[in-house]
Amino acid sequence: MLTLSGVSASYGAVRALHDVGFTAPEGKVTAVLGANGAGKTTLLRTISGLVRADSGSVRFGDRELTRTSTERLPGLGLAHVPEGRGVITELTVEENLRLGGLGRDNRVRPERLDRVFSLFPMLEERRGATAHVLSGGERQMLVIGRALMASPALLLLDEPSLGLAPRVVAQIFDLLGGLVADDGLTVVLVEQNARSALSIAHRAVVLSLGRVVVDEPADVLARDDQLRHAYLGF
Amino acid sequence: MQQFVNTLLGGITLGMVYAAFALALVLIWRSTRVVNFAQAPMAMVTTFIALELIEHGQSYWLAFVVALVSGAVLGAVVERVVVRPVEGGPELNAVILTLGLFIVLHAAAEVVFGNRYRSFPAAFGIRGMKVGDTTIALTGFGIFTILAVLAVMALLVLLFRFTDLGLKMRAAAFNQEVARLLGVRVGRLLTLGWALAAVVGSLSGLLIAGGSLVSPSYMDTVVVYGFVAAVLGGLDSPVGAVVGGLSLGIALSFVSGYVGSQLVALAALAILMAVLFLRPDGLFAPARERRV
Repeated sequence: MLTLSGVSASYGAVRALHDVGFTAPEGKVTAVLGANGAGKTTLLRTISGLVRADSGSVRFGDRELTRTSTERLPGLGLAHVPEGRGVITELTVEENLRLGGLGRDNRVRPERLDRVFSLFPMLEERRGATAHVLSGGERQMLVIGRALMASPALLLLDEPSLGLAPRVVAQIFDLLGGLVADDGLTVVLVEQNARSALSIAHRAVVLSLGRVVVDEPADVLARDDQLRHAYLGF
Repeated sequence: MQQFVNTLLGGITLGMVYAAFALALVLIWRSTRVVNFAQAPMAMVTTFIALELIEHGQSYWLAFVVALVSGAVLGAVVERVVVRPVEGGPELNAVILTLGLFIVLHAAAEVVFGNRYRSFPAAFGIRGMKVGDTTIALTGFGIFTILAVLAVMALLVLLFRFTDLGLKMRAAAFNQEVARLLGVRVGRLLTLGWALAAVVGSLSGLLIAGGSLVSPSYMDTVVVYGFVAAVLGGLDSPVGAVVGGLSLGIALSFVSGYVGSQLVALAALAILMAVLFLRPDGLFAPARERRV
């Protein structure tokens, strides 16, 4: 379980998050929604320590993450797939995947690789190809596969649908839903595509100008026309 | 025929010297994405450390090892003290700093070691070997140079292609933020990249110096040809650096032997322009990125 309380963060003099608090329940998808500039990406970057919190607490299990370096997070079971996908295009598909499993014991890595290839057969077909030849959808699958190499308990996923065709988005969201249902993965999903995110989310947090304005079960938000119109625009 | 063979052998040995220096440039480029113009004076300093030891009665091999260790320390210190403060800024900042370091190390070496020419010994013979009644332009030290460069190339290929450490170094060089999110301790690996590159640079300095005269500027011409060799190979490939160095050495040896030694620099420039015209990213560069 991930619990944030009173988290504030800034870029220089500009405060991007104000007193943010919510809980992402274990084995569920928590969608973080909101308009451009609402602070969604900053929120994920603060959780993973890429942006230092000015105040507040980010607890993952019994660990306080605001005092933990970013490099230690994979070892604690936390994987962050950043916005813009984060594929290292100069490396091959297999090298990108190997990077994801570096913190794991040598003996379990082939097992993890097989598991990722079973989820994304396309990655196995192109394992020796340099990642720069992959399409946007394939890159998204690669970074999710890379995150799964570490067998994370918590996956922070930033805008996975960005720039992808609806068919590919549906495929990725189906897969995420499966991972949560079958493996008990906890997901914090930052999305602009609120409709798609709500289709798989259990809980929804809406940010506006760096503040939490809605924190409800996803189906409640999906049914509440007033809230949807006010904050999500549909 | 004998002149042809000797020109070829001379070119191979010379090419391996360029390749040694190019390997150091490739290593630092691969592990930090910085072109290190200070590579030559750093190698020169460690060569002089070795020379001081030898002149004070220590064995060649002890001096050799001390020079390589000094290279590692110097590389790590340069990364921590000079380059680290500008990391995260425009890449050009670090490159300009290495140019400044080039001048500083040159000047410091002249003060500490003097600027007269001094003889640097070779670990193996520097006379041409006899094949029957004929002496060929291949020396014992030349063979050592060839084998050392091939060994370094093989080790670098193994490091980058087959080890976790090499993969982490490349990840840290290509995308520091993603590397951190994947658990890679980026700062340590950048320091290690500089240290390893400086070791390879020191080796190249020792190989170039062996059996010849050295002064604080003895690496300056090698810098130019080493850069050309690295760029010919694509700057990102250890094999490319050796092929680039070897091709350049052989070509320039033939230009010197058959056309005129005064045209060597011009020929190097012509080869570089021709390769960059035909393959702008060098001979061993990967394909360009696809737009998505």
